[in-house]
Amino acid sequence: MTAVQEPAVGADREIGRERRRKEDARLITGRTRWTDNIVLPGMLHLAMVRSPFAHASIVSIDTSEAEEAPNVVAVLTGADLGEAQGACINAWAITEDQVTPPHLPMPSDRVAFAGEIVAVVVARSAAEARDAAELVDVEYDELPAALDLKEAAADTVLAHPDLGTNKSAFWKFDSAEAGTGGDVDEAIAAARTDGVVIEREYRQQRLIPAFMEPRSVVVDPTGEQHTIWSATQVPHILRFAIAATTGVPESKIRVIAPDVGGGFGGKLQQTPEEMIAFAVGRRLGKPVKYTETRSESLLAAHHGRDQWQKLTLSAEKDGTVTGFKVELLADLGAYVAIVGGGVPVLGAFMFNAIYKFPAYQFNCQTVLTNKTWTDAYRGAGRPEATYAVERMMSELAAELGMDPLELREKNWIKHEEFPFTTVAGLEYDTGNYEAATAKAKELFGYDELRAEQARRRESGDPVQLGIGVSTFTEMCGLAPSRVLGQLNYGAGGWEHASVRMLATGKVEVVTGASAHGQGHETAFSQIVADRLGVPFDDVEGLHGDTQIAHKGLDTYGSRSLVVGGEALVKAVDKVIEKARPIAAHLLEASVDDLEFADGRFSVRGTDSGVAITEIATAVFAAHDYPEGVEPSLDSEATYDPVNFNYPHGTHLCAMEVDTETGAVRMRKYACVDDIGTIINPLIVSGQVHGGLVQGIAQALWEEAVYDDAGTLVSGSFVDYLLPTAADTISFDVDHTSSPSITNTLGTKGVGEAGTIASTPAVINAVVDALRHLGVDDVRMPATPSRVYAAIQGASAGGATDGAAMPHFDPAEPGRSSTEGAGA
Amino acid sequence: MARITLKVDGSTVSDDVEPRMLLVQYLREKLGKTGTVIGCDTSNCGACTVHLDGTSVKSCNVLAVQADGREVTTIEGLADTVDDELHPVQEAFRECRGLQCGFCTPGMIMQSVDLLKDNPDPSEEEIRLGLEGNLCRCTGYHNIVKAVQQAAGQSGAAGRHRAGATTAGAPAEEVAE
Repeated sequence: MTAVQEPAVGADREIGRERRRKEDARLITGRTRWTDNIVLPGMLHLAMVRSPFAHASIVSIDTSEAEEAPNVVAVLTGADLGEAQGACINAWAITEDQVTPPHLPMPSDRVAFAGEIVAVVVARSAAEARDAAELVDVEYDELPAALDLKEAAADTVLAHPDLGTNKSAFWKFDSAEAGTGGDVDEAIAAARTDGVVIEREYRQQRLIPAFMEPRSVVVDPTGEQHTIWSATQVPHILRFAIAATTGVPESKIRVIAPDVGGGFGGKLQQTPEEMIAFAVGRRLGKPVKYTETRSESLLAAHHGRDQWQKLTLSAEKDGTVTGFKVELLADLGAYVAIVGGGVPVLGAFMFNAIYKFPAYQFNCQTVLTNKTWTDAYRGAGRPEATYAVERMMSELAAELGMDPLELREKNWIKHEEFPFTTVAGLEYDTGNYEAATAKAKELFGYDELRAEQARRRESGDPVQLGIGVSTFTEMCGLAPSRVLGQLNYGAGGWEHASVRMLATGKVEVVTGASAHGQGHETAFSQIVADRLGVPFDDVEGLHGDTQIAHKGLDTYGSRSLVVGGEALVKAVDKVIEKARPIAAHLLEASVDDLEFADGRFSVRGTDSGVAITEIATAVFAAHDYPEGVEPSLDSEATYDPVNFNYPHGTHLCAMEVDTETGAVRMRKYACVDDIGTIINPLIVSGQVHGGLVQGIAQALWEEAVYDDAGTLVSGSFVDYLLPTAADTISFDVDHTSSPSITNTLGTKGVGEAGTIASTPAVINAVVDALRHLGVDDVRMPATPSRVYAAIQGASAGGATDGAAMPHFDPAEPGRSSTEGAGA
Repeated sequence: MARITLKVDGSTVSDDVEPRMLLVQYLREKLGKTGTVIGCDTSNCGACTVHLDGTSVKSCNVLAVQADGREVTTIEGLADTVDDELHPVQEAFRECRGLQCGFCTPGMIMQSVDLLKDNPDPSEEEIRLGLEGNLCRCTGYHNIVKAVQQAAGQSGAAGRHRAGATTAGAPAEEVAE
């Protein structure tokens, strides 16, 4: 199954067609239902009062003036809400003895990060609520804050004094102990005497998911079920978490994720804002709405990444790798979020990537600090792992004077070696790194660009050219439930789908996945159209409402198609099997003589046949169907994958670096990804482009920066530098295909691929441009000042000081300008 | 409160508004024009872009009272929805998949329409600079740029020297089928 092949596409097959998305007609005309659009009779609006301090005791909260403000209905604190506010859960204690601070949506005694909610104002309009929030007088007693990750790991200042330590959990994988490989310390010791050892420390800076739609929640307590609309990726998980922590029966809670404007992991949380809105709605018996400002979103929605990575790679002198040791510090922020410490653990199996390391060890210490809590951001653990190994492989190549692609090929799993069990214990099902790399080199013009690089270097051009390589893989399709169980994850990884055959011949497909821009309605319609033999336009995709899609585990981790799509296939197959005896009855034939193709049962060797949609109509009338058969074709299926799947790709990036100013410019970016069978090339290319830019943005622009007091200074889009159209280029994207054998469609995940692959490609290119000047690292984001400093001092450029940009007060650049924002 | 009267998407509307009310709040909260959305508080993201007297503005950066006596067009009034018509730029965004989650899309389309009005034959660089004030987190801008190029190719730039604008500006992109 490892041969490179284009997926088989029939002339009229839907799978593989560039179908325009069904979703778009509404989105391009403004006929949308974002949560913030929802208005209900008698609806009240919430505004949050947030702590300006990273760590402080709450001495007193005086709400009297706010309560007197016009049209204010109530001002409530954590003490007022009490146990009704529930709690924010951590679903994945990565070790049995993980230290997990209790996380109340609105604490009443102490705040642990700047932005934490201490009171909520309820008013007749959002503007009046926000005005009154300014009048809530909170007296704080400021406490020392644990801010720097390394210092926090040394317990110099405690983020939660009661816990006695900032160290939450230590998680280790060792290939010798697991029996999947040799002893890494022995490999490194051997290489020190008779080989090569590369030792580096890299910083994965803190990022902010920064989805375009700010989070919003509406709670309507007026029906028999409490209905919650939320801009969430995880309506089912949210419903479970609310029920589990408030005592309200799950059956009395309905969660709806209407149109959701992006997530990238940032909306897979059970948030304090959702819990507070639920509690306030119940308390007042009125519908309530809370929509965050962008500043609040950047401040208090969970952040991502934030690791220190200490890496030791050993190799023989010919470039054959012998061992890889990884020691991580991961910043959890103030609380252990829903996935929390599980994020770096998702990277634990990926640092060895596509290479045949004989020995491997992964160590991760998760650490609590007084910063915004962190959780999954596009790629979740795997971008960090890929960055580390792909930077290290390029460093090894440079050390040995080898071409980085040749060095990689010497060490990667050859296409004839699949399926391959890695040193981390995963079985990679399919892949062909040679084919993807060959195609990428051609698409990129690798040899020509290398020649240009040599010319520029020789002529001493002030603008140097660098070429960066990233041959990534990832595990996706979260996930086999048994594997998650072994990792102590609190839930499974299955997905559910159902198919409803309507009397009019239309088909409703219900999935437990919850789209927020991916295009599931379109892709799933294509799958059903092919399998059931009905027109694409006759299939309606339904999702994101726990009363319609009653069962599901939602959308994250590149799982919707590879897990949810497979559940759908199984549900469709059940529909066909339920229709078979009814078809035989209607055709007065034996079941054994029937064949099903293109939506029709026909009697072998005759013209006699009946369409499955006709059978749907027949069972609706139910006047004529066989004894002992139920008059319905509707079916459902729950699918639990047996393995992850492993997309991979070769990404090549050319960066021009002005050695006189430190400015960098992307010249060309080409990638060839193997994501198995492609359902809709148009959707796939969009996922790749968007993923690339998020990964490139980590390399070049984005960073959540805190000042010495623990205040987020990149707390608006003025300072948190999302790339614009003018910052980016058009990409050369192509594919190879080794269909996955872990699902019947042959698909692999694509949602995170671009983000995982592109960051190291960009930094490898920047370093490659400057290698001859003695530069072997530029810390991310590789701003002009850092690149310039690296050139001058041949250092990585140091930490980001102060603010990302100067502000209004020239005496205090970067301070104070966002005072009051988001409060 | 101040009385304002203006034309929005072809209809005359009149309301008493607080002087501090932003145009985007007026559109969303008073008129129910929820096709126009709010993405930031600093006029960086452009999600709220509408046309004021035919020119694109960020409606979070205009007070409702400033729109008094003027004409506003939102994404909802760009084409005749009764007949399911689409503006060529809307059609191009759909055709080129210039959107994913769709949240930035109304603003992106309104800005693109204005960009093409000023420059019917933009280069890729001119498109990228012209959309600099509109943020998108999903698409990486690649297909948005393609959509604007495609719309430019359709919108009566015939006869000009256009250097193959629908394809030449962007690298050829091949995807397996």
